[in-house]
Order: sequence, then structure tokens, then C-alpha cells
Amino acid sequence: MTEAESLPTNATSGPSETDGPPSEVHADTLPVTVIAPDSGLGLGTFAELWRFRELLLFLVWRDVKIRYKQTVVGLFWAVLQPVTVMAVMAFALGRVAGQPGAAIPYWLFVLAGLVPWTFLSAAVSGAGMSVVANQQLVTKVYFPRVLLPLSAAGLAAVDFLVGCLVLAIAAPLAGVPLGWHLLAIPLVVGVLVLVASGLGLLLGALTVKYRDFRVVLPLLMQLWLFLTPAIYLQVSGTLGGMGDIIQLFNPAQGVIAAFRAAALGTPFDWPALAISAALGLILFALGLWYFHKIERSFADVI
Amino acid sequence: MNPAIRVENLSKRYTLGSGPPGGRTLAETLSNTVGGIGRAFTRKRVEPLPRTKRPTDFWALQDVSFEVHPGEMVGIIGRNGAGKSTLLKVLSRIVAPTDGRATVRGRMGSLLEVGTGFHPELSGRENVYLNGSILGMTRREIARKFDEIVAFAGIEQFLDTPVKRYSSGMYVRLAFAVAAHLEPEILIVDEVLAVGDQAFQQKCTQQMRSVGRGGRTVLFVSHNMPAVQNLCRRCIWLKGGRVMADGPAAQVIEAYNRDVADVGGAEVDLLEHRGRTPDSVSALQRVRISDDADGRSPAVPMQGTARIEVDFRLDAPLPDVTLGVVVKDAYHAPLFGINNKVSPAPVQLAPATAGKVVCRIPNLPLMPGTYPLDLYFGSRTEDFDVVYNAAELTVLAADVFGTGKLPPASAGPICWPATWEIHSA
Repeated sequence: MTEAESLPTNATSGPSETDGPPSEVHADTLPVTVIAPDSGLGLGTFAELWRFRELLLFLVWRDVKIRYKQTVVGLFWAVLQPVTVMAVMAFALGRVAGQPGAAIPYWLFVLAGLVPWTFLSAAVSGAGMSVVANQQLVTKVYFPRVLLPLSAAGLAAVDFLVGCLVLAIAAPLAGVPLGWHLLAIPLVVGVLVLVASGLGLLLGALTVKYRDFRVVLPLLMQLWLFLTPAIYLQVSGTLGGMGDIIQLFNPAQGVIAAFRAAALGTPFDWPALAISAALGLILFALGLWYFHKIERSFADVI
Repeated sequence: MNPAIRVENLSKRYTLGSGPPGGRTLAETLSNTVGGIGRAFTRKRVEPLPRTKRPTDFWALQDVSFEVHPGEMVGIIGRNGAGKSTLLKVLSRIVAPTDGRATVRGRMGSLLEVGTGFHPELSGRENVYLNGSILGMTRREIARKFDEIVAFAGIEQFLDTPVKRYSSGMYVRLAFAVAAHLEPEILIVDEVLAVGDQAFQQKCTQQMRSVGRGGRTVLFVSHNMPAVQNLCRRCIWLKGGRVMADGPAAQVIEAYNRDVADVGGAEVDLLEHRGRTPDSVSALQRVRISDDADGRSPAVPMQGTARIEVDFRLDAPLPDVTLGVVVKDAYHAPLFGINNKVSPAPVQLAPATAGKVVCRIPNLPLMPGTYPLDLYFGSRTEDFDVVYNAAELTVLAADVFGTGKLPPASAGPICWPATWEIHSA
């Protein structure tokens, strides 16, 4: 320890040897980050989200890439999935649920319900697992953790787009005419995204703290499928009794029926969509609030 | 000038034990909630839990305060569990502090691990973009530096191969290459220089140095003292979550080294020593090993002078006390030995029944590590007290060549200087 004199004076030496230009340091313009125990859901949170938007795209891109790496048919799986389920459902339920003489063939009816449902279910289960699945990121690098459930929803959205494309090809083939009803699709998709991301945020945060949700989540999605008759049944008006009460609290029911109405031009059930939208807003606010509340402890708890 | 990093009374508490913090599983939370409702009805008083000082609390950081000015390169040293990584995690905003605050001025990049977010299924090219983005680079920035990154890693031919087929060396090189091209104003680095082979490590150190010269602020955690001493002028030593010392690197590292070596204790009682041969006479009482420079520090820096002091007691006075010391490597193979028959003391002892022998070994030519010693004690003609592995000599790393680098451990336990001449043909 006698070489104090020979130590490099790197802190004060002048011109750099780096190839890149030395970063211009203007003390006044530099962003200031305060790290303290408390944190609020301020505007800064959203500004930061905007700054990290590219990472969100990269995370979605990564998940899409990984999903279809080393597969033979690649993105075509996004087509096969809903189509296979549609075929099974149409075959199994067609004679019971299908109405002969209806303007829309039952298989198309099911497909138009399955496409939004597949998105909802994939987004919620993906987002629910997203934080735990990205444990090594969460414990090693900082970014707004909200990006994780959002990117999982983004992955589901890519498949959803493919599903919509299938629908866009299938509907004219089945003789469904284009119409003004298509204009309602963005609104309906907005509600769908609200519901999916709200629930996804909530479950994503809960799974970090309580791994019970790893088991609960698939179960929940299965139950939800059965509790959402809109996917495979023509629901007009009320279901009667218990069914109505359940549907009052099922954010999927209204939005899925509305998606079909918007895609195929069947009559809209506006009150049902309004219920979905209200539930979606509540879920989203709740999910965002809870996620933000505990995201700072993720790395400690995970 | 405003500091780049200002840390004020930063503390971080962890709750030990399994399960979620606060010891709440879902079942407990539910039953507490339900019980709470039940109690609300029965109006039973609930004893509040004493929350201030629970026995399972562990303070990973306690009242840590310091400031780092723009362009400073600061080494953070300390034993495992001293709070270094926690400090970096708090500053990187990965975990939230329990108390206190830190203010960071400027864009910050942290590197707590190489290859964070690397995905084995993705190709090298894809991983560069993904990892760069995760570390905070924009897509344009990555695209601009892409060729440089790939050249640094030296993996041009394997760009489109999935990373899972890479050798571990290639993987680590690519991961470090991405990280090395981060250009934030403040860089936080945790022990990432310890990757790859010798040549690559050299490249990494070089890169780190040019990062520092580029006017950026760097916090650098490492156990590699020569590297810290070489890269950083200032050092902060953490122990038990507190700042023990903060100052010029050489001084802080020396204090730290002394503290580390203190643990083993370099004074060994030889009376009941297991290494004594069966036919030995118990003449050696104890042995003390210290750094001759200060006489107190129980470990000796490389090229320093080791001082080996033995106390002896005899039944009859002996005119020609001799001591032999054999220094052995970790596998107990002798490295060198010396005794005062071949290199006698300038003044011989008058016949004595008790006393001590001091042996100084200057310019200790050993690599960092611990070396067992055998002691041979007796008269000029006979070693009547032999103690194998009597004590261990601890050698500390030092920047003996002024380059921040040492020969690899695989080159053997001896560190010997050389001079060079290079002629072109």
C-alpha cells in the first residue's frame, strides 16, 4: 500500500480516451431522482412510463419472439388456437346452442366470442404471472414494474390482432356484410383492454406477495369461462335469477357480447357494455393503485 | 458544485425468516381480517404488536451518508454481507430504503449483474437490443453502438445463433460488452469485472478506466483490491451496514485489509498444538505472525516483510538456539524454507532457558492467500521440537506492479517481478 503516488488520477484527467464523446455534464439540466421510503402515484409516474415506452415494446417483442422460436408454423399458432377451440365448440354445442335459420352460422358466432375471450384470458393470466416470471429482472434492474403486466397484455394483444384478422376474413365468407357497427370496435376493445389490464395488474401484484395465486389463477380463468355464457350462447335480455346477479359482477359478459355485436352487426346490449365498462374502470383504478402501492417492495418480497 | 449522488442517513431493514414480510401468508391475512371483523363485533381489545424492534429485524444498511461529486470514481469495499449490494440496490431503485434518502443527479445506469434479461432462446443480435433496452439505452443508441459492442465481445460470426448455444465465455463477453457501452452520467457497477478470461478482464478494466476519464461518476463494488485501488482514488468501506471509513483508496483499503486479517488472529498457542510431532519436546510456546511494517497487522501485503516471532522455554540453557521456518502452499507442498544455520543472526544468544526468536522475511514473493508454516526448533545439531502447520501466513493483495493487475492464481503461488525488453525484428 505504498504506491499512493502512482495511483491513476482518473477523476481529474482531461481529454478522454473513449471513442464516444464525453457526456456533456450540465449540472442544471440533469434529471434529479430522489430515493426515499415513500412514493406516491404522482404525475412523475406517468412521465416515467412514457420515458420507458421503448422498453415496453422490447418486452412484448421479446415475448412474441420467444413464443414462436423453434416452432414450425410460428405465428400461425395464433390462428390455430382460436380456430381449434371454435371447431370443438361448434361441434359440441352447435346442435344445442345454435339456432337453425339464424343469420349468422354458429361457428362464426362462437369465433366472434372466442377472439375477445382468448385475449382477456391470455392477458389476465399472463399479467398475473408476469412479475414473478421476470424475477431476475425485478431483482437486478430498475424500470417501472407496471411494464411487466402491460407487456404480458401486449403479447396477448398480438394474438388478438391475428384473431381479428381471422375474423375479418371469416365474416365476409359467411356472408356477414360490412356496416357501421364496425365503428364500435375501438370502443369495445378499449373496455376489453381496461378490464384485462386492471385485473392483470391486480393479480400480478398479488402473485408476488401470495404465491397462492399461481394455483388460483388457472382455476379462476376456467371458472370465468363457464360463467361467461356470452362466449358460446346467444344471450338476449336477462338470464334470469342467479345468472343475472353473476353477470352483474362479470366484466367479461357485456364486453364480449358487445365485441360480437360490433364485429358481426348483431343487436347491441348497451346496458351490459356499460356494466363492463364501469367494472373495467373500477378494476383498472384498483389494480393500478394496488400495484403501485406494493411495487417498491417487489424485489424484497419476490 | 452539486454532488452527483447525495446519500443521507440511508437505512434498510430486512425482516428475517421465511414467508412474506411481516410473516403474513394469505391464510394468515385472511384469518386476521376475518378475526378482525369478529373482534369488532365482540369488542375484544387487540394487543398491538411491538413493531419498533422485532428480534428478526436485520439492518442491512444503517445511517449511511456520503456524497459523490460528478466525475468521481468511488470504490465500495467490505466483506460479504456488509451491505454493499444493498446500497447499490437502493441507489439503483431496485429496493426502497426503510429510512433516509438519496438524491441522484443525472441519468443513472446500474450493472448489478452482467446479462440481466438475456434470453437463451434469442440470438446474440436480439439479446444486444433487449439487454441494452433493459439497461436503459434507447433503440437508436443501441443501433449506433451495435458494431462496437459486437467487436468488443468478439462474437461476429455467432450474431444470429441463439445465445443458448454460446460457450459460457462468449455469453459473458457479449453481456459485458453491452453493459460496457452504457453511457449514463452515473454508473453503478457490482463486481462485474470478475468475468471472462485474463485478456477479457484486462479489456474490461480498460473500459472502466475510460468510463471514468469520460467525466462520468462511477460507484464500483469489488472484492478485487488491486483493481479497486487502481481504478478509484476514493474508497468507502462498509461494515455491518455502516460506513467504517471513507477516504483515499490506499488508506481505506489498508484499514480494511487489517480488519479482514484480524478475524483469524495470527497468534497461535503452540503448547497443545496438534501438529507437533510425537517425539518432540514442547519447547515452542507460541508463534506470532505480523506485518513488520507496523508490527500489529496480522496479515502481510505482497512484497511486504513478514515477521514471525516464536516464544520458547527450555529445561536447560541452550547456547545455539536455531529456528527453521518452512512456508508451504495450500496443498502443503513446501515453497521455501529458511533457518538461522544457513543465514545466522548477527548476534548469537547467550545460553538461555527462555526467550524469543524473531524471523523477518522481506519482499515476500507470494501471491495473495494463506500459507501454512512448519516450525523446526532446536540446537545446531538437532531439531527437537517440530510443529507442522504451526500457523498460517496470510498474504494480502497489493498493487505491486502499479497496474492494478496481478498474475493469475493459476500461474502458481510465487509472485516475482521481471523487467522487459521488446525488440522488433
